[in-house]
Amino acid sequence: MIYFDGVSKHYNDARSYGLEDITFQVEPKEFVSIVGHSGAGKTTLLKMIIAEDRPSSGTVFYESLDIHRIPRSRLPHYRRKIGTIFQDFKLLPHKTAYENVAFAMEANGRTDAEIAENVPQALALVDLEDKAFNFPSELSGGEKQRVAIARAIVNQPDIIIADEPTGNLDPIATYEVVQILRKINDLGTTVIMTTHNKGVIDEIERRVITMDEGRIIRDDANGKYVL
Amino acid sequence: MVIALFVVFSAMLFDQLLTQALTSLQSQVDINVYFVADAPQEEIDRIRNAVTALPEVAAVRYTTREEALLQYREDNRDNEIALQAIEELSDNPLGANLAVQARETGQYAGVAQFLLEQQAGEETSTPVIDVVNYENNREAINTLTSFIEVVERVSLIVTAVLLGAALLITFNTIRLGIYTSREEIAIMRLVGASNMFIRGPFMLQGTLYGLFAGVITLAIFYPILIWLGPGSELMFGLNLLDYYLDNFQYITLVIIGIGVALGLVSSTYAVTRYLRT
Repeated sequence: MIYFDGVSKHYNDARSYGLEDITFQVEPKEFVSIVGHSGAGKTTLLKMIIAEDRPSSGTVFYESLDIHRIPRSRLPHYRRKIGTIFQDFKLLPHKTAYENVAFAMEANGRTDAEIAENVPQALALVDLEDKAFNFPSELSGGEKQRVAIARAIVNQPDIIIADEPTGNLDPIATYEVVQILRKINDLGTTVIMTTHNKGVIDEIERRVITMDEGRIIRDDANGKYVL
Repeated sequence: MVIALFVVFSAMLFDQLLTQALTSLQSQVDINVYFVADAPQEEIDRIRNAVTALPEVAAVRYTTREEALLQYREDNRDNEIALQAIEELSDNPLGANLAVQARETGQYAGVAQFLLEQQAGEETSTPVIDVVNYENNREAINTLTSFIEVVERVSLIVTAVLLGAALLITFNTIRLGIYTSREEIAIMRLVGASNMFIRGPFMLQGTLYGLFAGVITLAIFYPILIWLGPGSELMFGLNLLDYYLDNFQYITLVIIGIGVALGLVSSTYAVTRYLRT
């Protein structure tokens, strides 16, 4: 589904490693965790998948499509296949939870009827029906991240990209978010997640890619957090 | 934006005042052709018609011998000696004359040349033209010509600089407004919003911004022109309030049009910066 072929990324800033000759593949319906120290290249790798950053050399494929050769005008269509979740939630502060989720559907050109049907379902999946009309400032960190997950899944994407989704959360909220991501994966969506959290990795018991200084140093099918 | 439109409108008004002032100055400059006292009327008419037919001539004012005498008496009504001197003479010593105005001050030399050629072509036994006084006026005409050129250039440069500064301020204000929305734009992109979907609200915002700025500018000018109107009429012969009210539709179209265009272009350009990958 996603295929990295000898991808390198070099920054002018010498402190950052970027990526060094990364080659790996993610199959449909996989749950892949990417672990590593800060600056190991995890976020850069995710940015390559959502076409937010370009490789210095090598190619990233989505199925047979070279992601970085997609014309700019077609990028929004490609991004609609991917749901993204971030450590800092990236919710629109002046929109309610419901509106934040609905906004992703509006941006995709969905009809009002579809929005009215799908948004409550997405909020129900993350157990937030009762907070639908609260603004982000009225929600806890865990609740905000669940809104972000609802927004990421509402368009039924093929892949969920989660960059440190539990980085700002307490252990209970972390547990809830991981359970939701597992549920989404069980329903058939591919999940690629970066994390620092050993407990999360050990609990998921799925494939773990370990990165260091921009390189993949381990790739275990049923991995544990080893650094 | 209101400042930018204020500058645009001020420049428009200033241009009108300048045009009006220069036209009135120009109308005070002319070339006088004095005919000899006993010049045959048909010769005077021939020259008068020939001058009137020149394309560069805007107006020709003809003064007959009798009118010239009346004018002389009027001009010298407090000068007893001058009046007595003219009474002593049995015949009217004054000839008819033409006051010729060119369309532009730069064209006087050509008109004078034409008149001097007429004078040179006459038979010396029956002269018709006594004096063409271009030489006397030439310095004044040349000074006025260069003065008008300088004023026009300076006003063009000043307007361009002010306008450029005002446009930059407007553009930067809009850009700063959009800069605060860059997070929002980034989120829109991540959820797969098309560029047009993201730009749309900002373009609308820019358009409305321009529209309201235009309306405010027009409203601000009304009391200002009520205040300036009588003064401008006295100084330049143009009442700015009348100009504003008579050309209200045109002015509204220009000011709001520029405001909307400026808002639209600035916001579109500013958002585009955040849409590049």
